[in-house]
Amino acid sequence: MSDESEYEHYEAIVVGCGPGGAAAAARLADHGVETLVLERGTKSGSKNVSGGLIYAEESAPYTVDDLFDGFREEAAERPVTDYRIHNVAGNSVKTYDLTDLHEHDTDWCDAVLRRRMDSWLEDQVHEKTSETGGGVLTDVRVNGLLREDGEIVGVTCDELDPITADLVVAADGVNSELARDAGLMDWEEPDEWFQGVKAVVDMDPDVIDDRFDLEPDEGVAHLFSGDLFSDVRGGGFLYTNEDSLSIGTVFHLDSLVEQQAEPHQLLDALLTHPLLATWLGDEYDEREYAAKLVPDSKKVAHREPYEDRLVLVGDAGGQMQAQGPIIKGMNHAVTAGALAADAFAVTKGNADPAAAGRRYAKMLEDSGTMDKLRPRRYDVARAVGERDLVTNVVDTVLESPIGSVAVGNPISNRLLQRAYNSPFLVSMLPDTSTGYVTLPSVIGETHGKTIHWENEIEPPSLEERIGDLTYDTDVGNPHIELLDESFDASGAAVYACPVSAEEFGGGCYRSETVQTNGTEETLVSLDTQPCVECGTCAIVADTEWEHPRGGKGVEYREG
Amino acid sequence: MRSIALTKGVPDFSEGAVSFNEEGHLERGKTPTVMNPNDAFALEAALQTRVRHGGHVSAMSMGPPGYASVLEEAMESVYADDTYLLSDRELAASDTWATAITLSAGLEKYQEEVGDIDLVFAGFKTADGETGQTGPQTSWAMDWPIVTHVIALDIDPDERILRAKRLVEGDVDEIETVEAPLPCFVVTDPEFEPRYRKASHRLTHKRLRAETQRRADDHEEQLTTWDHEALNLDPDYIGLDGSPTIVSSVDPIPKAPSEREATMIDFDDGEAMGEVLEEMQPYAAGGD
Repeated sequence: MSDESEYEHYEAIVVGCGPGGAAAAARLADHGVETLVLERGTKSGSKNVSGGLIYAEESAPYTVDDLFDGFREEAAERPVTDYRIHNVAGNSVKTYDLTDLHEHDTDWCDAVLRRRMDSWLEDQVHEKTSETGGGVLTDVRVNGLLREDGEIVGVTCDELDPITADLVVAADGVNSELARDAGLMDWEEPDEWFQGVKAVVDMDPDVIDDRFDLEPDEGVAHLFSGDLFSDVRGGGFLYTNEDSLSIGTVFHLDSLVEQQAEPHQLLDALLTHPLLATWLGDEYDEREYAAKLVPDSKKVAHREPYEDRLVLVGDAGGQMQAQGPIIKGMNHAVTAGALAADAFAVTKGNADPAAAGRRYAKMLEDSGTMDKLRPRRYDVARAVGERDLVTNVVDTVLESPIGSVAVGNPISNRLLQRAYNSPFLVSMLPDTSTGYVTLPSVIGETHGKTIHWENEIEPPSLEERIGDLTYDTDVGNPHIELLDESFDASGAAVYACPVSAEEFGGGCYRSETVQTNGTEETLVSLDTQPCVECGTCAIVADTEWEHPRGGKGVEYREG
Repeated sequence: MRSIALTKGVPDFSEGAVSFNEEGHLERGKTPTVMNPNDAFALEAALQTRVRHGGHVSAMSMGPPGYASVLEEAMESVYADDTYLLSDRELAASDTWATAITLSAGLEKYQEEVGDIDLVFAGFKTADGETGQTGPQTSWAMDWPIVTHVIALDIDPDERILRAKRLVEGDVDEIETVEAPLPCFVVTDPEFEPRYRKASHRLTHKRLRAETQRRADDHEEQLTTWDHEALNLDPDYIGLDGSPTIVSSVDPIPKAPSEREATMIDFDDGEAMGEVLEEMQPYAAGGD
């Protein structure tokens, strides 16, 4: 049965109702703009994962509680009142207090769980946008851009007829299909990405207070680096929520691929380290295992994140700041979303379809947001840091008896803590194993105390973790297609995929040796059922990658 | 656009809820009453009409006072504005004919007191009677056209025409497209699927749901009950006295024996597996 053939039109369409989309939509509604928000999850937050700290920066033009009254009370977990980094070398650990760094430019910082946070935001956004003729629709996947005469004029969806709009905000996350459709982002280089995996661990609020020495309205953030993860570049974190802990690991994707590391095993290495024994106790109840790709804004934050009527916000535009121990994403998404809305409001009526986008890019620059995401001084440091020769020399010195003594003397101990707390120095840390592995393990070895606690935690197997996740599988309609099944092209997915592992038949990717005409060949096969939609395989394997239809696929309960 | 969705309470035949006595007869007293499952499709069609064209939806049922809960369930799924229950001891033991007479009287009274009806939606047969007669008989009593087995529906409010796709099952299943003038009866097929391809329709759907949830607490306030006097019905033509058919007895069908000869084989037992393969050989080779 046909309805009228004309396209529906809204003044603005926001794709994705995470913090970036929510901020954009709320601010658009403030400006009286008719705004339709399309979210592919069955509820906002059901597709979202983060480590989870959200910051409110003193220097930011917008913070999430500016836009949403009651955010901290209704949608957040514990505030971070104590912030530490542990440098690990075997069982030897040296801890630095990073609270100074953490509090630099910080109005407040709370731990969050995304299902709770984003679903609350969705309700607020729906209420606001309903007042200006729009609203939030869930279970709708936007699958591409609608173009007329080559110009972006709207979106196409799996569940709805095409819709036109004067502004399209792509806040559709790290695997943004719109950013790729517009040619603004790609899925090519593993070194532009991090991959994080996380376990949400159930814990009674009183037990959290007791084990972390906290008052009920206090919380901690612990970071971990060193040789805990052999030579894989990255680190770990532990944050306290109201009645759970978020414990996870984040690694450079290129390093995961290079080292052929299994993400879930790296997480287990952290969970089972003696350092965590006093916090985890002997009862371990994992509520949820989750994974996510993280864009490295230093390399990929788009300096001009727009095309015609389309603007990119948050992870979709690579706006995820990860510099040494500073990890900030959601706050920048909120700022960007609100600025994009303001840019649209001030350029309304301008005949140039890209007027709002151009203004938005300028506002990102002028507000200092772009320089936080993509500091120019990093570009300079990177050129040095990535020259293997330099790294090797530094590593050799650090590992030599003299170098270790230098880092290990009592004065350097004080200096190191100060260096870690310097936002300026941290922003220049190169992405080599020196910063992630060598230096922390030397610190751990020479300054550290040996930990003798017994960790008796047995984390669930990957099979159990997948079994505990909720899926609504789109049977017979897989959202990822493996284009090249040779091991050379796609084999990296077998270990880099967080829900696959070598010798494990229940994951997404598996390899098998087949005999063809007398020759032996290793091939990769794919079953998308356990997929957590992180996007890793889109980068490390040869695939045709899309999100599942609206409401289908994995549904996170914690996020 | 004003629509009525007809619905009926039936025993909950789902496993765990339904109760049978030793002779295999349904124990109505021990089995909860729920909305007839097929009515859900009629309600979906009524809701789709309302979402696309606006207007008012009422849910109507005939049955004992306890059916108010069925109407409440119907109201929640169709986001109906109000509900009407035709309830009276004189209506007890009605067959499909007497039920149709009563329902048509309810619809007439509704038109007199509330407003002109454009569409009446009914489900395809009830889970307990399985006759599929009540909808067509009621439309006959109203002298309105009826379209049955509807799987998709489109209304032209200006032309006052309904276009429907109906599923005609046979040796080859066919889909007919038919048109009918309003007011009209629509009996939905279990294959009916509502379609909301416009964002504005989905937003309306979401708003109606929220409004209904707010109203659901005081459901009683939206319930109107009419007895046979209110409906101006002669007791001789309704209930048991007005029913030309009666169900004389119900005999459970004995279950077929389900035992089969089966041998369990251990997968690791090579010899036994070999025997299985041997047994399968002729079939695998395409033999007789």
